Amino acid sequence: MKFIHPVKRGYLALETWFNLSFGNAWNPLYNLGTLTFFFFWVVFVSGLYLFIFFDTSLTGAYASVEYMTHDQWYVAGVMRSLHRYASDAAIITILLHMFREFALDRYRGFRWFSWVTGVPTLWFVITLGITGYWLVWDDLALYIAVQSSQLMDALPLMPASMSRNFLQSQINDRFFTLMGFLHLLGQPVILFFALWIHVKRLSDVSIVPPRGLAVGSFIALLVLSLLLPAVSHEAADITKAPAVLNVDWFYLNIYPLMDYWTEGQVWMLTLGITGFLMIMPWLPRKKTGQAAEVHLDECNGCEQCAMDCPFDAITVQKRTDGARWENEVVVNESLCAACGICVGACHSSNPFRHSQQELVTGIDMPQSSINSLRTNVESAINNLQGENKIIVFGCDNAINFTGLQSSSIAVVSFFCVGMIPPTMIEYALKKGADGVFVTGCRTGDCYFRHGNKWFDERLAGERQPILRKRANRARINIFRAAESDCKELRRELDRFQASLQQLDADHESVNEGGS
Amino acid sequence: MKKFIRYPLQIFNYALFMGLVGYFSLYPSYHHLDENQAMITFTLGHVGKHVRACVKYSQEDLLKLPPNMRKPMDCPRERSPIIMELKLDDKVIFSKTAPPLGLYKDQGIDIYENIRAPAGKHKLTVWLNDDVKVEGPIYQLEQEITLAPEQHLVIEFKSEIGGFNVF
Ligand code: HEM
Repeated sequence: MKFIHPVKRGYLALETWFNLSFGNAWNPLYNLGTLTFFFFWVVFVSGLYLFIFFDTSLTGAYASVEYMTHDQWYVAGVMRSLHRYASDAAIITILLHMFREFALDRYRGFRWFSWVTGVPTLWFVITLGITGYWLVWDDLALYIAVQSSQLMDALPLMPASMSRNFLQSQINDRFFTLMGFLHLLGQPVILFFALWIHVKRLSDVSIVPPRGLAVGSFIALLVLSLLLPAVSHEAADITKAPAVLNVDWFYLNIYPLMDYWTEGQVWMLTLGITGFLMIMPWLPRKKTGQAAEVHLDECNGCEQCAMDCPFDAITVQKRTDGARWENEVVVNESLCAACGICVGACHSSNPFRHSQQELVTGIDMPQSSINSLRTNVESAINNLQGENKIIVFGCDNAINFTGLQSSSIAVVSFFCVGMIPPTMIEYALKKGADGVFVTGCRTGDCYFRHGNKWFDERLAGERQPILRKRANRARINIFRAAESDCKELRRELDRFQASLQQLDADHESVNEGGS
Repeated sequence: MKKFIRYPLQIFNYALFMGLVGYFSLYPSYHHLDENQAMITFTLGHVGKHVRACVKYSQEDLLKLPPNMRKPMDCPRERSPIIMELKLDDKVIFSKTAPPLGLYKDQGIDIYENIRAPAGKHKLTVWLNDDVKVEGPIYQLEQEITLAPEQHLVIEFKSEIGGFNVF
């Protein structure tokens, strides 16, 4: 069995647990980005409501928050709690999102851009939370205001000391208003743009989680808000130094550290972590395969590949070769992840074409052309012996399925399941396979984002190119498996082989009955 | 997996998630001070005196200077370091010699230092020297103070009032 890194094994175990609890479609681990967006929506809407009652002046802020928390606890109080807890929940989902991308090695190579742009986004989220706590203007707010100022003073940025602002008679009303402006407008706008850039290189990005997950998460937040309403500390008072502070560890974790370390050390730690995260995609770097190539002679500009590309690497432009079609496609090599999904999307990838010559398709992968795949499929089937010959199609990024190979089972690997043209399945059946078994990344978790989804839609006849109705579905089995699912995969393959046997037996008895 | 099993599992997962959210949004509480402790902040924003007094240029020196640089007095840019010490019941709780900032050592410094101290009655002594030409304390304050637990006492040096402001 292939060695699986313990981090990855741990992650996969967690994923299995969530698949059991939620099913693949609602698995929170497959929806961490969208779930974070959902929490941001909750924060945004509850924030709008809080803004109605919030007094942005230094003298009025605390009282206005107290009014919301106690006098109007049934709406504004609940909104305040939702605002806080959704922000906290977002930190958990962001950390899990990072952990997942790391554990599954989805942060290097062509993914460097998403990873690197994620890091400043995390800064924007955390600093947004800090200014939020600042606005309450209670003991905790004063504490973080002074501590933050000391951190700022340690940087050679401003000539005047910020910390000294907070001493009696010098507390600056205007400074507080600036914080209000930052939290209510400036930082959210920056965060919005940062997120936009973060997902810019991806296509078909969903920012809405599956409804069941959204409803469940919202109810959970609401229950927490009712059971443990968010409250303030006492009003900020410079003559007091509260001994005990209930710090929100999701956002305010560096402040207590300042009691043990100097400001310079705290900066070194935070900037060090940031810098390390930023260079992680190159430690060591991961090579992306050769980009897809367009063969204009076989391309009619149908745009299906551009629609299916998960990384927005294919664009459509006016025809340049004088052919009668209106458009052609172009591959942006720097964005191409070499997943081959475009090959599976191309009508010209049909292996029944040009059976006596080289098969050239409209868009192809130089390292593993559709012609060579057709040859592999054919020769693999020719080498099979016995009854119930099965050909297994799988991808390079999920379970290592080459070990399944036997005298009656052949394996052919594709870059991604989405690279398999549906006609290749028909072709395998036609060439003598009794069954086609397709494996690959777990449902909802395609390494190349959409390969599984497009494949399923093609087979269901919902996406071009479709698997024709006449292809015998009973001879096609799809079973998705992660690296740790060896036993499950074996079991399913045996089951499939038995079902093929049954199919043949039924077929024979029908034939005998008929004769 | 059967759907009816899934729902209890989901409820369990949500409860765990919200448990984490609720707990770490407040706990473990951070003990910023021990019981019966107060916080003293010593702070100043000040520029030290010039390292030496201005002297009149002699005729000879003036001639050596380029014509556009000639002025009657030779004044140094460099400022003195600021030396400060804070004692509670004759025990030094903070002391620092802060050199002037800037490439030409001509800029002031800012201090904001938090010091924890036991609550109760104390003799507070604080002094400061901002002039290299003078030995020992230039500004000094000695005062009886009573610190309540969780009190925040600020000792601010203000050149405008020529001394320390305790509040
Ligand atoms: C701050 C809040 C964040 C939100 C709301 C967010 C959201 C998203 C979303 C919606 C996607 C697209 C997922 C897909 O459709 O396949 C994504 C992808 C990604 N994110 Fe984030 N993200 C955040 C922070 C981060 C951070 C801090 C990192 C890492 C430092 C990160 C790393 C990545 C990576 C590597 C991908 C690429 C996934 C792929 O190509 O399949 N994200 N993020």
